[in-house]
Amino acid sequence: MSEINKADNTMPQVMREIFSGGLVRTVISILLGFLVGALFMIGSNKEFIESLGYIFARPADALGAAFAVVNDGYGALFRGAIYNADAETFEKAIRPLTETLRLGAPLIAAGLGIGLTFRVGLFNIGGTGQLIFGMIFATFVATRLELPFVLHMVVALIAGIVGAALLGAFVGFLKARTGAHEVILTIMMNYIALYFFTFLMRDPALLQETRASGNPKADAAAETALLPKLLGDNYSLHWGLIFALLAVVVFWWLMERSTIGYRLRMVGFNPDAARAAGINVEKTYILAMALSAGFVGVAAANQALGTAIGVTPSSHANIGFDAITVALLGGSSGPGILLAGLLFGAFKAGAPSMQVFGVSPEVLGIVQGAIVLFIAAPPLIRALFRLPKPQTTNALESIRKRIFTRGGGSK
Amino acid sequence: MKLELLGITKRFGAVTANEDIDLVIEPGEIHALLGENGAGKSTLMNVLYGLYTADEGHIEIDGVRQNFSGPGDAMAAGIGMVHQHFMLIPVFTVAENVALGHEPTKALGVIDIAEAKKQVLEISERFGFNIDPDALIEDLPVGAQQRVEIIKALSRDARILVLDEPTAVLTPQETDELMEIMRQLAKSGTSIVFITHKLREVKAVADRITVIRLGKVVGSAKPDAETSALASLMVGREVMLTVNKKPAAMGDVVLEVEHITVLDDRSQKAVNDVSFEVRGGEILALAGVQGNGQTELAEFLLGLRKPMGSKAKVNLNGKEITNKSVREVLESGVGFIPEDRQSDGLVSEFTIAENLMLNSSYKSRFTKGLNINFAARKLIAKELVEQFDVRTPSSETVANKLSGGNQQKVVVARELSREVILLIASQPTRGVDVGSIEFIHEQIIAERDAGKAVILISSELDEVLALADRIAVMYRGKIVGIVEPNTSREDLGKLMAGVTA
Repeated sequence: MSEINKADNTMPQVMREIFSGGLVRTVISILLGFLVGALFMIGSNKEFIESLGYIFARPADALGAAFAVVNDGYGALFRGAIYNADAETFEKAIRPLTETLRLGAPLIAAGLGIGLTFRVGLFNIGGTGQLIFGMIFATFVATRLELPFVLHMVVALIAGIVGAALLGAFVGFLKARTGAHEVILTIMMNYIALYFFTFLMRDPALLQETRASGNPKADAAAETALLPKLLGDNYSLHWGLIFALLAVVVFWWLMERSTIGYRLRMVGFNPDAARAAGINVEKTYILAMALSAGFVGVAAANQALGTAIGVTPSSHANIGFDAITVALLGGSSGPGILLAGLLFGAFKAGAPSMQVFGVSPEVLGIVQGAIVLFIAAPPLIRALFRLPKPQTTNALESIRKRIFTRGGGSK
Repeated sequence: MKLELLGITKRFGAVTANEDIDLVIEPGEIHALLGENGAGKSTLMNVLYGLYTADEGHIEIDGVRQNFSGPGDAMAAGIGMVHQHFMLIPVFTVAENVALGHEPTKALGVIDIAEAKKQVLEISERFGFNIDPDALIEDLPVGAQQRVEIIKALSRDARILVLDEPTAVLTPQETDELMEIMRQLAKSGTSIVFITHKLREVKAVADRITVIRLGKVVGSAKPDAETSALASLMVGREVMLTVNKKPAAMGDVVLEVEHITVLDDRSQKAVNDVSFEVRGGEILALAGVQGNGQTELAEFLLGLRKPMGSKAKVNLNGKEITNKSVREVLESGVGFIPEDRQSDGLVSEFTIAENLMLNSSYKSRFTKGLNINFAARKLIAKELVEQFDVRTPSSETVANKLSGGNQQKVVVARELSREVILLIASQPTRGVDVGSIEFIHEQIIAERDAGKAVILISSELDEVLALADRIAVMYRGKIVGIVEPNTSREDLGKLMAGVTA
């Protein structure tokens, strides 16, 4: 059979897969999420509610008010997160985008961590606790050690990764040894980590700011340990983005190319078969939790070393939980998590400017939750849009391989 | 009561499990539904029982069209079903199990357990079941549990009884008792649908036989038909029930197993002080009714279960492997074909190529440092797919797209393409089409002829007799006898029932 005939056979199959599979559903879910957010904005708008009183007399008023509030809200989100056309200079106009990148970076890194556990059939809800442990280690190195620039930063970054990974490995160990469920363990570790962190920051002999007034707060990271600015001092975007992107590459290699990831996926799909194939499933769980938390540790270093202000108990910025939604939206794949992290980073960057327009930025939280809800309930989306049922063939995969696999793609 | 299935068609996606099936069950007859595993017998019965809705066709009872939307409707219409896996609650008594779902009650919803017991006793005595209504299910032997299932169906006034592969878990003696029960039930007017793939049983008990193959009715026969005629109807061509093989050229002892005691998942002794040895170039069959310790013994040999006591010892080619991990056992030259390929042999979401490196993901021909060697894997996969005749569009096809036989060939290909000195094949042809069975048998013989030691674990007597050079029969965790392959079926059956001469 000629190559062309083969392609002819695959194409419609590929279209079916796209419509039944991840990409279209993800886009639809995102659009639906924004729609839900719009409904909330409209429903809470004063002009719109007033116009309801005479909606039959002048329906255009209600529609106009509804359109105006959604336009204001999402317009502000765009200006706050991507490009501010109202700014005087291009330099200022593009700043929102750099903010999106800065705020998205830790979400990407932590999202990779959570996504990794999904691939192994585990559910790590302990992102927050692991992030905090990473911050403790990174902050200790950044505030209590004296090292030259670059070396100091690198050591602090590694300390952050190791600190988080240690907590992750401990959870994995408890699961492997006692059979306790990782969901329970990680939730409890979140509490322990958070209050342990606060405890450390209350004692000047430990992590508390040297001249603090008793509030739990750590010293600012030494300048030698700070992540350097990426685009000069006009933007706060720093090297955290580079490390997050590196993490995406490492994650992709680990999960798709390496034998380690192969075994992780094997255990995730079928632990019984893995056991019969000589894989130590318990050890794999420990490794997976450690690796997962290690990625979260990159986010921890980002939080601890990203700004010249000392960390506080709230510096975890809820990244550990947001990472779960990032991983779900990104389908636990490297590229998917990168895009999902950027989207939610944009939400964080755009929230303040929405508030300026009198739109409550909490709407974005609703959008975020709704998107993931739609993602997590595929039959709902399929029913709403009459999409075909998932086709479980490999046409899409084979095309992807033809494009992305070195040499091996064509015969 | 006359039951008619008319033009039943049931599809699952692109797969047609039943196609235009007509089946008439006359009152009081034992109607055997004969077919290989995967022929569509169970699907058809699940349609009858209301678990599936037919895509086309309908069911009539005494000429009245029925619309079952669930087992409840089917039961109300007088259809009872005894599943292959019993639906009993082990910690409940017989009476409680029988009453479950339609409990006789006194005032205020209190269960009238005396009434339930009376019902059990009455049915038990009528058919000579000899069942104590107060016994706990978990204390009863399998054959008795099956009779409880039958009582359960009869207590709901079932006039048509469907028995799904009822003899799979029984010893030959228990099978005979079941057949006696079936005859009595038929005499009292109950119709029986007897689903099986065992020819001898069909010939012994059925009044009429309908043969199903690949979802279609391919013929019907009387029980006095030739066995070979029935077999070829069932598999679609003349089958060779014997495998061509040369006499064994026995080599040195490869595996020595001494004083092995292994616990099962419920911490009961599943294997009880078992010792045996296997030589290079021979096939030792571990025969026995399922559930007599073979599974646990195989899992122990692989390293999945640890032995009890200090006397336990396993030597492979003179090296002790008693307490080694699975990985160490595999790497010291043991090939393992697990009895349940779906759960232990394959990752069904993985491609064929990925499955072929399942137990070679550390240092092997599939790896390059920490990287998977994709180019090598592709090449090896292509070769093995050809060599082992796996019918698939490509080696990148996901395993769950393959038929059972082809899945099994992937497992066999993986294990035989490694350097093994001992092959443990556990139910290697279960749920596999006849063509693949022959192929897999040839591969196992070829391993033997190449001087490897082979342990064949099988509950199919035909397979054991065709392949084995020696047969070790297991009963209740013990090897009750090691016999020559020319031993008669009757003698093997006695051994399998624990009767030692």
